[in-house]
Amino acid sequence: MADPAPADDPPLRGSTSLRGLRVRLANLARLTIKELRSIRADPVMLLLVVYAFTINIYTVATGASIEATNLAVAIVDEDRSPLSRRIADGLTPPLFRPATVIGAAEIDPAMDAGRFVFVIEIPPRFEADVRAGRRTAVQIDVDATAITQAGNGTAYIRTIVADQIAETKAGREDGAAAPIDVVVRARSNPNLKSSWFTSVMQVINSITMLTVILTGAALIREREQGTVEHLLVMPVVPSEIMLSKILANGFVTLAAAGLSLVVVVGWWLGVPLGGSLALFLAGAAVYVFTSGALGILLGTVANTMGQYGLLAIPVLLVTQLLSGSATPLESMPAWLRIVMMTVSPTPHFVLFAQGVLYRGAGLGVVWPSLLAMAAIGAVYLGVALRRFRRVVFGG
Amino acid sequence: MSETVVARLTGMSHRYGATVALDAVDLAVPAGRMVGVIGPDGVGKSTLLGLVAGVRRLQQGEVQVLGGDMADAEQRRTRCARIAYMPQGLGRNLYPTLSVFENIDFFGRLFGQGAAERRARIDVLARATGLDPFLARPAGKLSGGMKQKLGLCCALMHDPDLLVLDEPTTGVDPLSRRQFWDLIGSIRAGRPQMSVIVATAYMEEAERFDWLAAMDDGRVIARGTPAEVLAQAGRASLEAAFIALLPEAKRARHQPVTVRPRPDTDDATPAIVAEGLTRRFGSFVAVDHVSFRIGRGEIFGFLGSNGCGKTTTMKMLTGLLPASDGRAALFGMPVEGGGIELRRNVGYMSQAFSLYGELTVRQNLDLHARLYHLPADEIGSRIAELLARYDLADVADAHPDSLPLGIKQRLQLAVAVLHRPAILILDEPTSGVDPIARDAFWRTLIDLSRDEGVTIFLSTHFMNEAERCDRVSLMHAGKVLAVGAPAALARERGTASLEDAFVSWLAEAGGEPAPKAAPVASEAETAAPAPSSAPAPAAPRRFDPGRLWAYARREAMELLRDPIRLVFAFLGPLVLLLAFGYGISFDVENLRFAAFDQDRTPESRALLESFSGSRYFSEAPPVTTATEMEDRFRRGDVTLVVEIPPGFGRALQESRRPEIAVWIDGAMPFRGETTRSYVAGLAQSYIRDRTLERLGPNAAAATVEIETRFRYNQAFKSVVAMVPSIIVLMLILIPAIMSAVAVVREKETGSIANFQATPTSAVEFLVGKQLPYVAVAMASFAALALVSALVFGVTVHGSAATLTLGTLLYVFATTGFGQLVSSFTRTQVAAVFATAIIAVVPAVNFSGLLVPVASLSGGARVLGLGFPAAWYQPVSVGTFAKGLGLADLWPNLMVLAAFALLYLAAARLVLRKQES
Repeated sequence: MADPAPADDPPLRGSTSLRGLRVRLANLARLTIKELRSIRADPVMLLLVVYAFTINIYTVATGASIEATNLAVAIVDEDRSPLSRRIADGLTPPLFRPATVIGAAEIDPAMDAGRFVFVIEIPPRFEADVRAGRRTAVQIDVDATAITQAGNGTAYIRTIVADQIAETKAGREDGAAAPIDVVVRARSNPNLKSSWFTSVMQVINSITMLTVILTGAALIREREQGTVEHLLVMPVVPSEIMLSKILANGFVTLAAAGLSLVVVVGWWLGVPLGGSLALFLAGAAVYVFTSGALGILLGTVANTMGQYGLLAIPVLLVTQLLSGSATPLESMPAWLRIVMMTVSPTPHFVLFAQGVLYRGAGLGVVWPSLLAMAAIGAVYLGVALRRFRRVVFGG
Repeated sequence: MSETVVARLTGMSHRYGATVALDAVDLAVPAGRMVGVIGPDGVGKSTLLGLVAGVRRLQQGEVQVLGGDMADAEQRRTRCARIAYMPQGLGRNLYPTLSVFENIDFFGRLFGQGAAERRARIDVLARATGLDPFLARPAGKLSGGMKQKLGLCCALMHDPDLLVLDEPTTGVDPLSRRQFWDLIGSIRAGRPQMSVIVATAYMEEAERFDWLAAMDDGRVIARGTPAEVLAQAGRASLEAAFIALLPEAKRARHQPVTVRPRPDTDDATPAIVAEGLTRRFGSFVAVDHVSFRIGRGEIFGFLGSNGCGKTTTMKMLTGLLPASDGRAALFGMPVEGGGIELRRNVGYMSQAFSLYGELTVRQNLDLHARLYHLPADEIGSRIAELLARYDLADVADAHPDSLPLGIKQRLQLAVAVLHRPAILILDEPTSGVDPIARDAFWRTLIDLSRDEGVTIFLSTHFMNEAERCDRVSLMHAGKVLAVGAPAALARERGTASLEDAFVSWLAEAGGEPAPKAAPVASEAETAAPAPSSAPAPAAPRRFDPGRLWAYARREAMELLRDPIRLVFAFLGPLVLLLAFGYGISFDVENLRFAAFDQDRTPESRALLESFSGSRYFSEAPPVTTATEMEDRFRRGDVTLVVEIPPGFGRALQESRRPEIAVWIDGAMPFRGETTRSYVAGLAQSYIRDRTLERLGPNAAAATVEIETRFRYNQAFKSVVAMVPSIIVLMLILIPAIMSAVAVVREKETGSIANFQATPTSAVEFLVGKQLPYVAVAMASFAALALVSALVFGVTVHGSAATLTLGTLLYVFATTGFGQLVSSFTRTQVAAVFATAIIAVVPAVNFSGLLVPVASLSGGARVLGLGFPAAWYQPVSVGTFAKGLGLADLWPNLMVLAAFALLYLAAARLVLRKQES
């Protein structure tokens, strides 16, 4: 018992590396089970996981849509003709809120106060002029600070007004009929419903948020409670500790994400998911590994849970909002797009997810995204490992 | 009520959940005396002191302090002004980044003292405690003993009639400990009317108190002068008396510790060797050329104050921390680079409990057994053996968090010896453990050393434990002052006890400044004429702008000295504004467009030109087959494809109204919708051009114009609207999180005790702490406005004064919201994430950032308008983009002010002046 040399460990070269690998895998498995037990013992975190993958996804998908709906329109009707009434009647829900009729003097104050995004001004004798083929004009005032609705809303209103005018003219002047017929078909989302998009993007956001918070918090908790030192006096190496945290927490998020995609997105929200779920989960596994590595990295930068919160929130906000999951990647300046594609795995995962789930792309198409995520993850992990040694063993 | 009793407790009980901390305690604490509440950790001492000091809410029974009923808020408020309370933990109610002077000064301000009075009092107190050379040093950089002296200065700043000290000497070296008690003695000599109540776990220092109350399990088991207590128990020392006074069932478990002589081992290689071991952190030398040799099977004790380098030395021996200089070896094997093999020989127990609270006792043992790779068939029997030997079988399936400290320490020891290491390194294994459990622990250690030849290296604060070691070493300020057998060391210094020997070495090393022996308070009273000598000082004012300012000033100083929070406050919003301003754009451009022309006539090419000429589209190579189109959509290579059927040109010429198909990628609906509206626009203009071509210029007159006026943002650029909206988001997110952390931080570090124990009101506390964050948010707003103008070219078109006023009201509301959240959360993490989650959803989704409030209906609208962001968004966008002023926006400003007041009132209601 007091014998200092461990009896079971003759230093045989050759077999050492294989045995070493087995030992390390056994340690990893053991530590991963320990992490899973820790997660199970924390009801608050589990509640957060459940919330993030259910209610959170449902409310964002159904509540905050940036597609043009419920547009607030007012009409200044100085014609009061059947045509002007037909234009007002053409503004139907769900695209429009019922149009309000206001006087010309109210236009400025109402738009200043943001009560309406659109005001349609119909001049006197409008219908008569249209029928007589006289030159006349409808004016649409648009509050161009309502950036998500102004552009598309204008296009819809113009179409409705143009259709009504064309109908009025139709009986009289058949030559004016359109020479061609343009049929627009949207692929993979024929009605361009935004919930189809936001639900899946919200699943991605939840994966990012939870993996980063769970792994980082798991590391900080061990550092704060001193248990990490306890582990390090044992025959365990830092990379095993880090990997076990990524594996355990990643597994939990991945399982929750898969369930959420099938139950909440597919069944509750009724979004038809075109592609292969297995391929998506495989890609999500790579992504979870990368964001777990990011969580560990942040966990080595902050010293306390409080600091970790202050650090994680801006990082999470930037990675989410600049990932193409909120606004199109092509809309960002080229330099910013390059920066984000280099430092963050999220844009790659968003591209991957859109390809697989909406367009039904296969591995042959999406492999570059997978590779990019894995490469970024490897860099994160390498830096985290260096910092981990520095932080735990002193600078 | 008689003045000879300073505090009277009647039938007082207190429980935390199911745990009973105090069980029907009746106690009359005599006035004008030095009263000790003694007993090990967890018997209810702190709870009792907290109730007497008024920082803990009374649950059951009655407490009269200084003749006032502490259950009554008004009486408590006036009594609190005459009480000083120093909570447990070294410097726990101090502010580590503030200097010694600033700390004491803050307390002076809380009691409404003028600048001259504060200065005079600080001078007297600092001289008396020997802190005067260190007035500029941050409290966090003081040694444990000095922190406690500083805590005492802060407590004495207002000449209290009752001084409540909760374990003031735990973790302090013997010399500092003596100095501390001498200091209290001289203060009492100068102010004999002052009563002192002290809690302590060190029985030996309790012997010099005037009156004692010994506690066990929430009950007072003995009371009276030390002589009376000793006589009652019939023992010579208080430690022995305490054990003798315990209930029969507990006492039966106790067996005295006998140290058996160590069998002779003449092994040439010592178990542990340190030679010139040194560790530096930056310029600070934590361990300075420490050398010792420890033989096999020896029990080696390590003594010294907190922060003297004991733990650092132990960490270097385990290989947790690399040495800056020197070397350490275990059994002749160097620690540095010893790696895995070395670790199998060492069992380590760190200072704080460091096993997994979320795993059961058995799971903890199992985890360690497997990580040490015990053979699988041995694990079960080894765990069973340890559970039996360390008396853990009853709690094998319990979680350590729910167990008393003594059992947790046994578990830690069981884990440390699990793999049968030859060396045990134990960092303060018995700190906070009751005497019976401590003795049991020591018997196990002696068995391990004597029967199994395990070398034990441990640190301790208890002198009677040090005397049981084979040899001890005294460490001070990183250096070893002496090494030797306990009896030999006392002989060497010619002192009666080991403690006296250490004190004399420490005094020689001269690390701690010795305080003056002169009585303190008499000096203070001559120097400070104010209310000090009055027997009953005037009741403190209910609302005092001075106290509010004291809090604001202190919070600002702390904030300015915390780089992480400062970076978050100033840089955070700017980085996010840049990222969002550039990143969140709803301008849909650069759409990849490909032609699928199956006609290839001049007519089809003319149509395609009108598409490829658009500034929104960038042209990709044309598509030639339907499968290629499928494939390129799948790869995300194209966003829209215009398919022209064969025979298009002829059909057009024959006015047969040919159909063309435009395919767009719907993966991203907003982009798809915008693409569709671009296509509609292009088709309309193409049709018009064709009509003009066919019917000639006369037709132009007949066309009805549909004119569109983009107001406020003629160029229709995203950035004009997004930047003011992002400012709305930044000024809620960052200030709310900052102020949320502010209150919770005090709860976590313990300085909230100063709010609880002084006459500070909740409004003074909240508003005082809020002001610095409002100032920071306004500075951050100025920076945001500057970046908007310089980087994005977005400037204020309306009234800048209205915007500034609106912003001020808005940040008062958002910081108030943060404080409201932090009034009901308990940890900083919870406060940060709760604030972020609660604030972000309405601020992003329902306040006009993405969807105009005018388009919201039902619950979303209520949710949006129930939050200040929706009211500030029109102010920000209105003044930046729409050119509005106060005349248009005053209703919004009124609502924002109402929000600010509402949050303050709600936080005031939630924030408790007392702990429950």
